[in-house]
Amino acid sequence: MSEQPKSMTCAEFQAQLPEFIGSGASAAGHPHLKECALCRELLENLETIAQAARQLFPEVEPPDELWEQIELAIKKDEGGEG
Amino acid sequence: MLGAELEETPGYSQRKLMGQARVPVKGPSGEVSGAEPAEGTAGQLAAKQVNAQQRTATVVSIELLGRAAAGDHGAFGEIYSLHKRRIYSLCLRMVGNPAEAEDLTQEAFLQLHRKIATFRGESAFSTWLHRLTINVVLMRLRKKGLQLISLDEAMEPTTEERPGRSFGADDLSLTGAIDRMALQRAIDDLPAGYRLIFMLHDIEGYEHNEIADMLNCSIGNSKSQLHKARLKLREALRVHSREEGQR
Ligand SMILES: [Zn+2]
Repeated sequence: MSEQPKSMTCAEFQAQLPEFIGSGASAAGHPHLKECALCRELLENLETIAQAARQLFPEVEPPDELWEQIELAIKKDEGGEG
Repeated sequence: MLGAELEETPGYSQRKLMGQARVPVKGPSGEVSGAEPAEGTAGQLAAKQVNAQQRTATVVSIELLGRAAAGDHGAFGEIYSLHKRRIYSLCLRMVGNPAEAEDLTQEAFLQLHRKIATFRGESAFSTWLHRLTINVVLMRLRKKGLQLISLDEAMEPTTEERPGRSFGADDLSLTGAIDRMALQRAIDDLPAGYRLIFMLHDIEGYEHNEIADMLNCSIGNSKSQLHKARLKLREALRVHSREEGQR
């Protein structure tokens, strides 16, 4: 077991969270989480939110008319400035 | 080289938050991330299926690219059909407004039409098209005068956002079912730059270095703004559930 930082406060732990999240390093095994239910909950909440958000934004089809508009825009583009 | 076209991942399901094992798929910019985890998860299986589907789709588009670049309108139309869903969804996620997303999709394909002959095949075509689209969206947002990155607030949460202070064990936990409507509203209420980073990272699966590159900001900035976006969402949901509880 590695030595635990003795008295990391929640603020200190949370200040590091953005780093954990982006780096691919796991925050889950962090010593502070073992002793702090609040930060554990925070982390769980953030994960839950991200997962729920993914389901909120499924891929959708654009309306069919969009292609006609794009064709028009392309024609205009080719005819006009070219 | 065309082989690069073969792995296109829609970014999401494969990427996991909070540093769990990453599935070795290529990200939107084409680099492989993560090492092969020992055992296959359901997510990985799903990812493999997605990859297989995309492979078929993108091989077709390789064949089309040359013709479209040579001015074949029908070929361009087929490329549109193959990519419209991804591109429109990307725009919609980034701006949150269907009419504007249509407009941006149109602009992206117009740009594609102008630039398709310059595609060199160094990255996957749809990766390239993705970046082109994101640039179109960013340009639009900047034109509107929206500040996409708050440079001065790195790691300095306001008191209301400071979780250590603002929540206690008796607060309602969010680990159960999240109210989807409330989450949708909370995301729609995010400032444009926060929404952007949240979507690019958490939904589209871009890495912070890629986002920093797109937004022309530091990696630390991207991380910190993403974190704040998530905290804002959490706070909004907590307020919502407290209000619900009082009814
Ligand atoms: Zn704590």
